[in-house]
Amino acid sequence: MESSIFRFVLKHSRREQILLLIFAFLAFPFLYLSLDLPKTIINKAIGGRDFPQAIFGFDFEQIPFLMLLCGMFLALVFINGGFKYFINVYRGVVGERMLRRLRYQLFGRVLRFPLPHFRKTSQGEIVSMITAETEPLGGFIGDSIALPAFQGGTLLTILIFMFIQEPILGLAAISLYPIQTYVIPKLQRRVNLLRKERIIAVRKLSERIGEVVTGIREVHAHDTSQYELADFSERVGVIYRLRYRAYVLKFLIKFINNFLAQITPFFFYSIGGYLVINGELSFGALVAVLAAYKDLSDPWKELLNYYQLKEDARIKYDLLVETFQPAGMLAEETLSGVDAGDRPLLGELVAANVDLSEEDEGDGVFAGNLSMRVPLPQSVALLGGHGSGKERFATILTGISKPSTGSVTINGVDVAQAPESVTGRRTSYVGQESSLRSGTVRENLYYCLRHCPVMPQHYDDEQRPAVEKKHRDSRLAGNSEADLNAEWIDYAAIGVDDPAGLTERALEVLAIAEMDADIYQFGLQGTLDPESNPELAARILKARDYLKLRLMDPEIGSLVELFDRDKYNDNMSVAENLMFGTPRDESLQADKLADNAYMRRVLQETALIEPFLGIGRQIATVMVDLFADVEPDSSLFEQFSFISADDLPEFKSLLVRTADGDLERLEESDRRMLLTLPFKLIPARHRLGLVTDDLKRRLLEARRVFARGFDDGPPRVDFFDAEGYSESISIQDNILFGRLAYGKPRAAATIGKLIEEVVDKLDLQRSIMELGLEFSIGIGGARLSAAQRQKLAIARSVLKRPDVLVLDEATAILDGPSQTAVMRKLFEEFKGRALIWLVHRASLGKDFDHTVIMERGKFLEQGPFSELDRPGSVLNELVSTG
Amino acid sequence: MDIQRETEALSKVPLFSKLEQSKLKLLAFTSELQTYEKGEVVFNEGEAADCTFVVLDGEADIYAKTKTDGGQMIVGTLKANQLLGELGVLTSSPRSATIRARGRLMMLRISGDMFLKLLAENPPVALDVMRQLSGKLVLAHHQYEELQDKLQQAGGA
Repeated sequence: MESSIFRFVLKHSRREQILLLIFAFLAFPFLYLSLDLPKTIINKAIGGRDFPQAIFGFDFEQIPFLMLLCGMFLALVFINGGFKYFINVYRGVVGERMLRRLRYQLFGRVLRFPLPHFRKTSQGEIVSMITAETEPLGGFIGDSIALPAFQGGTLLTILIFMFIQEPILGLAAISLYPIQTYVIPKLQRRVNLLRKERIIAVRKLSERIGEVVTGIREVHAHDTSQYELADFSERVGVIYRLRYRAYVLKFLIKFINNFLAQITPFFFYSIGGYLVINGELSFGALVAVLAAYKDLSDPWKELLNYYQLKEDARIKYDLLVETFQPAGMLAEETLSGVDAGDRPLLGELVAANVDLSEEDEGDGVFAGNLSMRVPLPQSVALLGGHGSGKERFATILTGISKPSTGSVTINGVDVAQAPESVTGRRTSYVGQESSLRSGTVRENLYYCLRHCPVMPQHYDDEQRPAVEKKHRDSRLAGNSEADLNAEWIDYAAIGVDDPAGLTERALEVLAIAEMDADIYQFGLQGTLDPESNPELAARILKARDYLKLRLMDPEIGSLVELFDRDKYNDNMSVAENLMFGTPRDESLQADKLADNAYMRRVLQETALIEPFLGIGRQIATVMVDLFADVEPDSSLFEQFSFISADDLPEFKSLLVRTADGDLERLEESDRRMLLTLPFKLIPARHRLGLVTDDLKRRLLEARRVFARGFDDGPPRVDFFDAEGYSESISIQDNILFGRLAYGKPRAAATIGKLIEEVVDKLDLQRSIMELGLEFSIGIGGARLSAAQRQKLAIARSVLKRPDVLVLDEATAILDGPSQTAVMRKLFEEFKGRALIWLVHRASLGKDFDHTVIMERGKFLEQGPFSELDRPGSVLNELVSTG
Repeated sequence: MDIQRETEALSKVPLFSKLEQSKLKLLAFTSELQTYEKGEVVFNEGEAADCTFVVLDGEADIYAKTKTDGGQMIVGTLKANQLLGELGVLTSSPRSATIRARGRLMMLRISGDMFLKLLAENPPVALDVMRQLSGKLVLAHHQYEELQDKLQQAGGA
């Protein structure tokens, strides 16, 4: 990176800056004219005598002459404004473009940081540096050259004007500049130091916030929130004090400046007045000089402001450059994305004098260097206790980290020197914990295939101009011009023909990683827009019919309560029973129903208000009775209570007020409180005995009224439709079209199996799995279990079809049977390729073709497991110790 | 069944007999009423113990694995108002036996958290649990001594 912000500016925006300068200078003659014109107007037009005046061969009387000059003045105002406008806009463009370039460069450098550097630099710091710290730099860069040139030029123009009018007045105007130029930089230097400290303090603050957010569980687990708050307070306190001191100094500078600026007119009035009285200076000239002086303070202020901004930007830039230049950065060529030859890595693995010390540990941790030759391709178990360095070796093998000395070659290709276009495509690595991106399962699977665009996206004539402009903008800012919309997946490289083939393959690799059952569940829980795929919706409805037949069996049938328009469903809440569908309207959400005008009207119409108030009061009585002694922060409230801990006292007093049972004269707010309660009641679950058969009949009537609607029809609700597909419930619910019965422990398992059977029978499995690929996994895969995340990471590494797959105890988190199954399937899949597995239990080695044992960064021995496993051998000891 | 009847049933469980009515009601309300059909497994030996049960109606058989052939034999029967599964919850150990419904069986499933909370907040109940468990321990010890004697006799003979 360029060592100072001015070098950066000159290197990347010289042309633009020159253009800005040219415009700034083009503006000066007009500025000068606009300063000079008032004098002419006053002296010649207003105070003149010799009329008519001849201009361009025309004769002008006094008034027309005045008007002509005023017209010219107006024109100059427009021209000056125009220049200002253009310069401002262009300056903004240049600034934003350079800001974009700077951010891009910084991010590019983050990608090239050596891995150990991330142990010293936190995520929060990097985020704040690339986003917040660069922001003011953009504004400054646009101004960096043109502003001082323009404002300096303006200042100079005005001063020249003054000197021409009257040198003494000119001298008076600049008489105090020496004092300013002496005092201000001194103060500024102190401000700079404070700024530097502040930037570092803010970085630490971002780091801390990042840490707290990632470790939020620890905060709660150890009750340290008070400590965290105090720590935060301390940090923002430090920043406050730094800022405060900087402010004091900054405004002191401004104060000195303003003060001196206001003293200057004293000289004008005294010296200028003296000269006018003595007739050595025209009155018009004095007025013009005074007017010019007013204009002088603006550029002077701007220049001072610029000076402060410049200092600020200089410090920020220097601090950024310092942080973004760690030792041992990866060479740019390593990441260039260019395919470097197609020599497969299917051959002998040779490690020569490799130092396995961690990159920042220095040398001496592992006394010995690793040298060995392992025949590949085959399946290799890499064994070694803690401190054997096998984990580091695994990352070197796959090009993720670089050894400080020595070389590792596979089939003659030096993986430590090879660009990532070789290691990142021909090898793959899965560690014990993998990080995923928010997005769908499919996006995460395909992520590892997106190395570089292989086929440009086709744009029609309408889109092309916009796309081309986008690319031109990227080019001008030195950003990547690769099109995100292009095809990034090289289908042939992974052995498929097209997107459909890739989907097929994706499902295959998910099965290898034992994730097919999870994907199937995601699919079942997912939703489907029947219009986008009417054929699938129809087949799901067929599955519903088929399942219904199976549910005729009374033993299974009792596990489910089907949706039936004419029957009350005990396993649904009263609200669900009333609506008999899924509301698409926020105002029909369960907790807002009591406020919903439509629902109120339905209850009114069916005379249910009174019964609801009664039931509400009964529920309130039970809840107050049950939860009165429970501590307010108990999780029981959230799990079981109809009334939150906060609202309980209010309900208590409401019960006292209505002790006589008279609910008719209740106030609206009280009515609403009571009305919210019955909606939440699920008879089969809550067993309060409040939903009587009579009430059920009336609720069914209300259900009909609700669905029929009044003058303007029912609200937006996806009604459960026995004949149609419902978009807002999951595929599973569409097949089941009912609710599992409460209190039947085996219902979930039995019905799950039954649904699977139906799905199989109707060949829906594949379609549901494909929908499962669209499951959104949440930030960092938070909606997946740790095991699922790991399975997904393994699946995508297999999908990439690497020559060498290295697994660092990647399956350790899976349960026993899954581990064995994944291992078996990977052996099958990687026949003819290399599978190198760092196993946590030495005994697992016996399933591999070959076993390599390492110790303290050195090679110990290798061979088939059976040969190495003899009494007293190292392997034997490893097996017996676990 | 409604909450009222469940509360009554709970009050007949010796362990809970000293609890106030409102606590019992809360216990009933926060528990799940489960129905098992004949032969259905409530839980299997070796499974993680995350809850206790109270038999409300019907009977359940306790099966234990025999050491020799891995088969199962009935070692006891649970009747109405009996508590089961509390040992696993208290010691966070896996289930020590398998429970099957003998006929139609109604149980109240009390979550482990709820049960532990109950003990923590009601010392008399906790004391009762201790007493009952100590009783079981004494019984087991007696049985152990008896077996020891028999073994010695058999060995001596």
